[in-house]
Amino acid sequence: MLTLTSPVETPFHRLPAGGKLAALAGFTLLLFATDALPLLGAALALVAALHLFGGAAFLAHGARLLRPLWPFAAVVFLWHLWRGEVLAGLAILIRLSAAVAAANLVTMTTRLSDMLPVLERLARPLAPLLPPARLALAIALVIRFIPVLSDRVAQIRMAFAARSPRRPGWRMLPPAALAALDDADHVAEALRARGGAG
Amino acid sequence: MLCGTILGAKRGAFAVLLFLLLVALGLPLLSGGRGGLGVFAGPSVGFLLGFPVAAFVAGWVMERTTLPPLTAAMAGAVIGGIGVLYPFGIAGMALVLDLSLTEASYLAFAFLPGDLVKAVLAGLVTQAIARARPGALLSRG
Repeated sequence: MLTLTSPVETPFHRLPAGGKLAALAGFTLLLFATDALPLLGAALALVAALHLFGGAAFLAHGARLLRPLWPFAAVVFLWHLWRGEVLAGLAILIRLSAAVAAANLVTMTTRLSDMLPVLERLARPLAPLLPPARLALAIALVIRFIPVLSDRVAQIRMAFAARSPRRPGWRMLPPAALAALDDADHVAEALRARGGAG
Repeated sequence: MLCGTILGAKRGAFAVLLFLLLVALGLPLLSGGRGGLGVFAGPSVGFLLGFPVAAFVAGWVMERTTLPPLTAAMAGAVIGGIGVLYPFGIAGMALVLDLSLTEASYLAFAFLPGDLVKAVLAGLVTQAIARARPGALLSRG
């Protein structure tokens, strides 16, 4: 799957992306401005409650997205436990989970096609430096070439498996990098032949 | 690291910026299929924001030395990908996790062995590219 947008349709999918982003920015600023445990707890409960609009599976998926935080959370909590500042450690953990979960919620409920116009609007002041058409082309090319490159990597892995019972490991890297550079050259040539990137 | 050592300072930094933009838009491009706005609120935000600068410095080192590609790329990867990147990452962790800078630096030590291995790999891959496609090594135009 090439996007983190949730397939579960929630009421938030229909809200304007710009508004959601602005709300997220405000929410995160507030989170980092306060140390009060009840306030942080309420914020985390609010984020969890918002997840519930999408049903239990949606909530479970949101919780799964927080998993990469665990190692950091464990280290920080143990550190504060050792220094006898359990409450301070708890506040940090709650703030962190609330901020990350809220941001993930926006990502899960906003389609790429809704996000791009916001980016376009934000990038408009940069127009003299960076023509919007060129930025749009660059984004489109990256999105298009992610599956192409992962196919290439799968090919290289199969070719390696045909020759050796060992795991390819880092030996995948040079051929994959070469393939990416060659593809990039071909695309650049094709673009130039058709009049350039505009 | 590789972005800078192969593409050079400017192109490498722009490539990483574009990559971060797409991560923020919600594509799961980071290691472990992570992505979305959540990672910019998490503890590794400093590392993410430091990536373009690190790629720039790695590319700059690669462009300015006359060492052979292997050692130049390894040096670039260590200077850019560790020397320049870690201060960003440490500041980010200190801010998000509410630690002092010293405490955050201890935490960063956990990443050091892996990143040293990656720097050696970046050197090896850059050397392989230099041999197979000398013209594609834009950092050595």
